[in-house]
Amino acid sequence: MTALRGLALLLLLQAAGEALAHSLALAVPGPVIGLMLLLPALQLSWIRTPVAAAAELLLAHLSLLFVPVGVGVITHLGLVSQYGIQLLVVIVLSTWIGMAVTAIVLRALMREESAKEKPGD
Amino acid sequence: MTDFVQLWVYLSSTPLFGLTATLVTYVAAQALYDRMGRAPWANPVLWSVASIGLVLLATGTAYPTYFAGAQFVHVLLGPAVVALGWPLWVRRAEVRRRGVALTLAAVAGGVCAAGSAVGLAWLFGMPVDVLLSLAPKSVTAPVAMGIAERLGGVPALAAVFAVLTGMVGALSAKVLFGLLRIDSWAVRGFALGTASHGIGAARALQVHPDAGAYAGIALGLQVLLASLLMPFVVRWMP
Repeated sequence: MTALRGLALLLLLQAAGEALAHSLALAVPGPVIGLMLLLPALQLSWIRTPVAAAAELLLAHLSLLFVPVGVGVITHLGLVSQYGIQLLVVIVLSTWIGMAVTAIVLRALMREESAKEKPGD
Repeated sequence: MTDFVQLWVYLSSTPLFGLTATLVTYVAAQALYDRMGRAPWANPVLWSVASIGLVLLATGTAYPTYFAGAQFVHVLLGPAVVALGWPLWVRRAEVRRRGVALTLAAVAGGVCAAGSAVGLAWLFGMPVDVLLSLAPKSVTAPVAMGIAERLGGVPALAAVFAVLTGMVGALSAKVLFGLLRIDSWAVRGFALGTASHGIGAARALQVHPDAGAYAGIALGLQVLLASLLMPFVVRWMP
């Protein structure tokens, strides 16, 4: 029941986000505005407890939620057969570049930070 | 036999089919994944998408017929994006303390991922709507669809690219981090969440709790940064 109340709250926040995005013609998607509204709202315990239960349930099975859109690849088989190998190269290389750059930058910045924390070492 | 065909025709046209197929296949794929010691190649999203796709093609079932049922799973992506605020809030002390380092790394990684994807695809001579659909591919699928729509790309393509990106990250992160000698679970998780969003984060969460937590932070940050920055970048392009 707690998780269900949390889901209701998450849907309300998403709806509020969609309403704001449409009425103000914002470039940010509705659910993202919902996320921004959720962060201050988590200070309130009557929101925090149910949202925590629903969020843990949803995020634990997050990969399931991608299956319906993923299957949509069958509607783009024309594009896939025309650019298949090239698309694969683009997606694989850009993912590796993004992952490597993030890891290297963060490792460097975190080392600098811990060096500052321990000046004697 | 004709009875069976008639029954199949009836069942495959009701929403029950898409919903049942999605859940049953995913539960089976998840069981296989666990049995294989959670090896990257056994990724449940990859095998669920491949097997459902093949069944639809083999039986000549149209995607909208499948989606009529699968949409009940799909709509949960919206509240799941809102729920990404939860891991951010739980780790708020760390987010505040390391905020600058995390944001810089997320921006650098996000820009390089999107820039290299668009640049490479442009070199291959792909059409503009494909380029614009590739740009948000490191952001979780529902948000990538929203961003692509605003940029002038194709939302459905953006979703497929995002899911593929997630699978590539989840499949290859272990090898890539090994080559780069990245030992910290926090850094590994954060990079995986930045470059391959929810599917990467799900993988990180299964490997190590620290990696999972940082992947969750990265996922939320990437959603915020990409939706705020990408429309402006495209506005400045010729």
